[in-house]
Amino acid sequence: MSNAVSTAPRTTAPARGGSEQSAKRKAALGWLTVPALFFFLVFAVVPLAGVFILSFAGWDGIGAIGAAGMDNWFSVLADPGLYNALGLTFLIMIASWLVQTPISLLLGVFTAGSQRYRAALAVLYFLPLLLSSAAVAIAFKALLDPNFGLATGLGLPFLAQDWLGVPHLALGLVIFVIAWQFVPFHTLIYQGGVRQIPKSLYEAAEIDGAGTIKQFFHITLPQLKYTIITSSTLMVVGSLTYFDLIFVLTGGGPGNSTRILALDMYLRGFRANLMGPASVIAVILVVIGLALALLLQRLGGKDKQGSQLEGL
Amino acid sequence: MKQPQTSRRSFLALAALTPFAVAATSACGTSGPGTSSGGGGASMWYLSGEPNQTTMQKAVDTFNSANPDNKIAVTYFQNDAYKTKIKTAIGAGQAPTIIYGWGGGTLKTYAEANQVDDLTSWFDENPDLKEKFFPASFGAATVNGKIYALPNQYVAPIVLFYNKELFEKAGVQPPKTWDDVMSLVKTFNDMGVAPFSLGGQSRWTSMMWLEYLLDRIGGHEVFNAIFEGKPNAWLDPAVIETGTKIQELVSAEGFIKGFSSIAADSNADQALLFTGKAAMMLHGSWTYGAMKKGGQNFVQDGKLGFVQFPTVPGGKGDPKNGVGNPAQYMSISSKATEQEKESAKKFFKDGILTETVIDTYISSGSVPIVNGIEDKLNTSEDKDFLNFVYDLAKNAPNFQQSWDQALSPTAAEALLNNIDQLFLKSITPQQFAENMNATLGK
Repeated sequence: MSNAVSTAPRTTAPARGGSEQSAKRKAALGWLTVPALFFFLVFAVVPLAGVFILSFAGWDGIGAIGAAGMDNWFSVLADPGLYNALGLTFLIMIASWLVQTPISLLLGVFTAGSQRYRAALAVLYFLPLLLSSAAVAIAFKALLDPNFGLATGLGLPFLAQDWLGVPHLALGLVIFVIAWQFVPFHTLIYQGGVRQIPKSLYEAAEIDGAGTIKQFFHITLPQLKYTIITSSTLMVVGSLTYFDLIFVLTGGGPGNSTRILALDMYLRGFRANLMGPASVIAVILVVIGLALALLLQRLGGKDKQGSQLEGL
Repeated sequence: MKQPQTSRRSFLALAALTPFAVAATSACGTSGPGTSSGGGGASMWYLSGEPNQTTMQKAVDTFNSANPDNKIAVTYFQNDAYKTKIKTAIGAGQAPTIIYGWGGGTLKTYAEANQVDDLTSWFDENPDLKEKFFPASFGAATVNGKIYALPNQYVAPIVLFYNKELFEKAGVQPPKTWDDVMSLVKTFNDMGVAPFSLGGQSRWTSMMWLEYLLDRIGGHEVFNAIFEGKPNAWLDPAVIETGTKIQELVSAEGFIKGFSSIAADSNADQALLFTGKAAMMLHGSWTYGAMKKGGQNFVQDGKLGFVQFPTVPGGKGDPKNGVGNPAQYMSISSKATEQEKESAKKFFKDGILTETVIDTYISSGSVPIVNGIEDKLNTSEDKDFLNFVYDLAKNAPNFQQSWDQALSPTAAEALLNNIDQLFLKSITPQQFAENMNATLGK
């Protein structure tokens, strides 16, 4: 596509000079971004601007929109509910990362092997990836029902906790179910990453007498640096938007113990009819998400163009 | 020469893409269900769940075959999901012609935003229709002296249900006072049966306890003051005592283990009662019909008992007072076309609460809000329950509408959230009162 467009002018108008040529080329390439820009504008920038404007408005979602000045911001920032939601969001984010990264890394390394049984197991590991969050949540809710759930059905009293009814259990369970659902995805990323590592590195290490564990820490892990950053960015930024799963599983409860920021935004906006304060939270979410994504990119080091395969 | 060429090519590319983009963006706008249904008919959203879903479907089918030009297209939603969906749809101008609800504070927000039609003059033109219903059912349909909704279906007070079999086994009587409640809690816990079933995740289920307790302790005037937004109305000592009693009941393990993760939408709370895992349940009278249908002959075998909410020693409230839903309500979206509105009004007049529908409600264990049904109730196989509900609703000096419906959506959401925390004991009764007091007038 890019080739076709950039060569086209050349046939009609002979080249006049190198710099003009490249400027033209740039202009042509610039046009190629139009479709993407259009969608970005319509589905990201416009709603974002709308939310930003709404955060200064009073609106119940039904009637007329009125100006509210800074009222929404003051009321949300003074609300302890916001800080509870923020704390929970970061807690779930960090816990999710700590739980999911080692598991998906190890599973990814394991499934990257070429043996048949590994491929067969990989198919099983990837199954949760096919299920929608709502379905996962409904299934877990039914399995964990304290009176009619799995524990009663199988007669396993130690499983018969009130998993979704006790605040700290519910929070732990949410982290577990999120991991259950998303580990397969990150495993897939790591699997791809591991398969990209040149075999010659391992062969050389073997000749030098390095065992499996040493190979993992000295070759696999450093070679996966950018894979880890990608996966972590997706995990961390993605955890800001966990909504459907928690909404169906606990609805933010019991009490406010799983009411994370995205859910808090929804409940304020659509249950309590407070679109203004909900927009404030949406703006906060956007800022946090951007800051985290930039921070993680920085952690990757500045020489992104640098090769990890120098000398090969 | 060159510049136009680039832009023409790009323009062509853009032109090729535009239809997709337009299709993609406009799809969000028009895919909402139901604003238009062919042939001048009207759309309606209604709640799923038996026996009411079948009753409504039959009523609609009968009406549709008699009025092929005014067909009603009905879509069903789960209760908790519906409450959010309808608000969003109205705000987005995508509401169905007929807006189903519970009147009160939510209807008030619709009316004040001019989203629903004023039906006062229509009722004046149809006095027969107005006189057909219990007069009390119009209260929650009225905003600033104007009627914005048609009361329909049945009156649904909150009733204390109990499992007769378990009570016989324990050799005890249903509670008459709060002290009875607390001693029954001990009896049933010793027996290894949960005293009360509760679908606490739905939160309005827990709210029913507060509604009755506050009425029994402080009288109906306390909530009236809250409803009217009087300063510090929530700080009434009766509110604190209500919260204290609730937490005492929770501490005594009055509610089934795991109550805060049980949702009422799937009727799991009812299942706990009819499977004998819980001895009692405070719930809306509509659960009688649901248990009759889904409760494996629990109701038919006469095992389901029902009493009024017990009194509280020293309480100011009239023991005959009731709480619950005085009726269900249907409004007409002001965004609908004239033709759709006509169809809806015709349905209101000829399709809802016809003789057949009234009989269906009665046979499924509900009391329709229609005058002069005493004979029908007395000949029903559920006459004990139906007369109990009828008398409760008729003789109640004050029948309080459910709080979450009476209050504005903003205050109601705060209320449900704080009730959840009160039942979990993560806030004290004092904090509950203060948190709620901050929502007065919102």
